[in-house]
Amino acid sequence: MSDILILNGRVVDPSSGLDAERDVLLRHGRVAAVEMPGALRVAKAKETIDAKGMIVAPGLVDVHVHLREPGQTYKESIKTGTAAAAAGGFTSVVAMPNTVPVNDTVARLEWMLDAARGACVKLFAMPAATFGSLGEEITDFHQLQRAGAVGFTDDGKPVLVDRVMRAALVAAAGIGVPVSQHAEDTRLTGGCSMNAGPVAFRLGLRGMTVEAESKIVERDVRLLKDIEQHDGLRPHLHVQHVSTAKAMEAIRQAKREGLHVTCEVAPHHFTLTDEAIGEYDTNAKMNPPLRNDADRLAMIAGLMDGTVDCIATDHAPHALFEKEQEFERAPNGITGLETALGLALRVLHKGQGMSISRVIELMSAHPARVVSLDGRGTLRVDSFADVVVFDPAAEWNFEAVKSRSKSRNTPFDGAPMLGRVVATISEGTLVYRG
Amino acid sequence: MKSSEYAAGSLLTVANLSVEDVAAILAATDRLERMAAAERARILAGRRIALLFYESSTRTRTSFELAAKSLGAMTTLVSDKSSSIEKGESLKDTGLTLRALGAECIVLRHANSGAPYLLAKATGLPVLNAGDGMHEHPSQALLDLRTMLARLSGVGGRLVNGKTLDGVTVVITGDILHSRVARSNAMLLPRLGAKVVLCGPKELLPEDALGLGVHGASGCVVIERDFDKALKQAQVVMMLRIQRERLAGLELDLGDYISRYQLDEERLAARSPEALVMHPGPMIRGLEIAGEVADGPNSAIEDQVRHGLAVRTALLVRALGVGGFESVTV
Ligand SMILES: [Zn+2]
Repeated sequence: MSDILILNGRVVDPSSGLDAERDVLLRHGRVAAVEMPGALRVAKAKETIDAKGMIVAPGLVDVHVHLREPGQTYKESIKTGTAAAAAGGFTSVVAMPNTVPVNDTVARLEWMLDAARGACVKLFAMPAATFGSLGEEITDFHQLQRAGAVGFTDDGKPVLVDRVMRAALVAAAGIGVPVSQHAEDTRLTGGCSMNAGPVAFRLGLRGMTVEAESKIVERDVRLLKDIEQHDGLRPHLHVQHVSTAKAMEAIRQAKREGLHVTCEVAPHHFTLTDEAIGEYDTNAKMNPPLRNDADRLAMIAGLMDGTVDCIATDHAPHALFEKEQEFERAPNGITGLETALGLALRVLHKGQGMSISRVIELMSAHPARVVSLDGRGTLRVDSFADVVVFDPAAEWNFEAVKSRSKSRNTPFDGAPMLGRVVATISEGTLVYRG
Repeated sequence: MKSSEYAAGSLLTVANLSVEDVAAILAATDRLERMAAAERARILAGRRIALLFYESSTRTRTSFELAAKSLGAMTTLVSDKSSSIEKGESLKDTGLTLRALGAECIVLRHANSGAPYLLAKATGLPVLNAGDGMHEHPSQALLDLRTMLARLSGVGGRLVNGKTLDGVTVVITGDILHSRVARSNAMLLPRLGAKVVLCGPKELLPEDALGLGVHGASGCVVIERDFDKALKQAQVVMMLRIQRERLAGLELDLGDYISRYQLDEERLAARSPEALVMHPGPMIRGLEIAGEVADGPNSAIEDQVRHGLAVRTALLVRALGVGGFESVTV
C-alpha cells in the first residue's frame, strides 16, 4: 500500500469535531497525519491529490446494502456492488443476508467475506437472524459474530413472532451487536405494492398502511423494555429504513425512555413521495414504499433533530427484465449507492440547511458506530485510511447508464445531485477516481 | 404525464384525455353510427387488431370485437383461456410477439392495474385499456357519458365541453374500492361539470377515494354514506356489482348491505323517481339492484351496451389514426 497525500482540502471529520483546511497523509492503510496546510509538504507520497475547494471526509459507511451474491449475480455481484459503493464515496458496506441461499451459516458468511469475491471497499455482513430468514429459529449468533457478523437481520422480512424476536434480541445483547429489523407487519400488507392513500386508490393498487410499519416498531420497543426488566440485558434494536411519521415517533419516544434503539432512513424516503410512481413506474417501487409528503417531512425532521442515527441506502439492484413487469409483480427495490451523497447534500444541506459536517456524520461516523466498526467513519490518526474527497459545490445530474452497478433500477435517473465524489480511498488504496 | 411515451391513439386512462379529445371521440361515434354499414366496413379494411384478454369478459371483449369487425378490421383474440398466451411469458414479450405478427393496435384486459401502460411503452403500439385490475375502464366511462347525453333531458343538445354536465349529479353506489368503472367515471364526469357522489360503506369506499377529484374541474367528487340521501340529489344513479369473490376478509354483512344500498323500486320512487339508472354489468339482480328496476323505465342498462359498441368503433378508428383522427394526440 503506497502513501497518498491529500493537500489543501477542507477536512471535515465529525468524529473529532474538525472542519478546517488540513493536509492528510495516508500511509500503510492508515491515517498517518492530519496537519495544518503546508506541514506535510516534505512528506513523500506515491500519489498526491490536490483537494483545493474539495471536502476531505471519512469514507462513507452504509449499513444496509444488497449485493445479490451468492445466487443472483445477474443483478449485482460483490465486485460490482462495491465498485458502485466506491463511486458513491462509500468505503464500508454491510451486506444484507437475503441472498440465494440465505446467509445464515459461518461457511456462507466466510465465503461472502473472502477476498476472492473481489470487494474493492471493506465488506461487512449481517447474517440472517433466523435460519433461512424464515422467522422460526435463530441462527448461531456467537459463531457468526466470530466469523465477522456485525449484526443480525432477516431484512426483506420482519421477525414476526414475538418469542423469536425476543430470543434474537437477547442473543444479540449477549454479544453486543444489534438486531436490525425490517419493520413490516406482513399480516397487514399481503397483496400491497405501494403506500396506502389517495395515490394508491387512484392507481387501483392495494396500499400498505403506516401502521404495518409502526406496529412492529412498537412491538420491538416493548420487547426491549421487557428484556431490560427481566433479563438484565440491554439489547440494541436497529430499525431499518424508517418511512413513516408514526414509526419515527415511536423511535423518538423509545430513545427518550433511554432504550438502545437506533434507526436509519434511506435517501429516497426523504426525497420522494408516492406521487413519484407516476404511471406505474416500477423504479419507484420499493419496500417500505414511498409515502406521502407528511411522512417524508417527518423523515427530514427526524434527521434534523437527531432521532435518526444514520442514512442508509438499501441499495437493491434488480435486472431490467424484472422491473419491466406489471407494477404489482415487479420486485421491490432501487439502487442507491451512487445517489446517496448527492441527494443528502441537495435535500438536507441545500434544502434544509443541515451542515455538511452533520451530513457526513449521518453517513460515516454514526453508521460506523451503529455496527461498531472501530477505526472507521473517522479520520483520527491511526484509523483506517478510508477517505472520500468530494466537490461540495458540484451540481450534476445522475445518469443511470453510467452506474458501476450491474442494475439501473433507480427513480433518480437524470435527477439533480449536489456534491460530486472525486476520489474514494479504501484502506489506503485509491478505489475510485471521478 | 409522460404521454409522449405512448403511441398516439392509445387510451390508457381517462386522465390523459382532454375535454376536446372527449368531444372528438363522441363526434366520431355519431359520424360512424350514421354511416351505412358497407361504408363503415371499409374504414379499417385489412387492418389488424389484437384482443389480448388475460381476464375473461364476455361483454367488453364481444363489444370490442364486433366494433372492430364492423369497421372491416381483422381481429385475433389472445386469451389466457386459450393456450395462446405462453405460460410465464412476460407481458412485454407477448406484446412484442403480437407486434411482430402484424398487430397494429392491442386491446388489453388485464388483472393488474397499470398493465396497459407497460404494454404501450414496450410495443409502441396504440393500446386500448379494456379494464386493468382495480384501476380503470376508460371506454366504459365514455360509453356511460354518451348514454347520459342521450337520455338526460336538457343535456342532449349541449356541446361537449367543461359545462356539458353542469347541474347533473351522478351517484355511483357499491364496491367503489374494486371498481375500475367507478374510477374512470369519477375522473371523467367532473371534468364535464358533473357532481359525482360516491356512495357505499367504508369497507368498499375508503376516504382516499376523494383523491379522484380533479383539480380545476368545475365538477367535483364527494362521498355520501347514506344511499337515500345521495339518491335524492341524483339525476343518474350508477349501481356497481358486488364482487362476492372480493369480499373475503372484509367485514361486510350482505343482508345489511342489501337493506342499505340496494336500488329497489320503492327506494327509487321515493327518492328520485326521474333518475336514470345505469349499471356496467354484469349485474346480480336481487343484490345491488332489484330486477324490476333493472328492467324498469328508468333503466339505461341496455342502452349502455349499445353505446359501448358505438363508442368502441370510434376508439378503434382513433387508435389507428384514420377517419378524422389522422393527427390525433394522446
Ligand atoms: Zn428491508
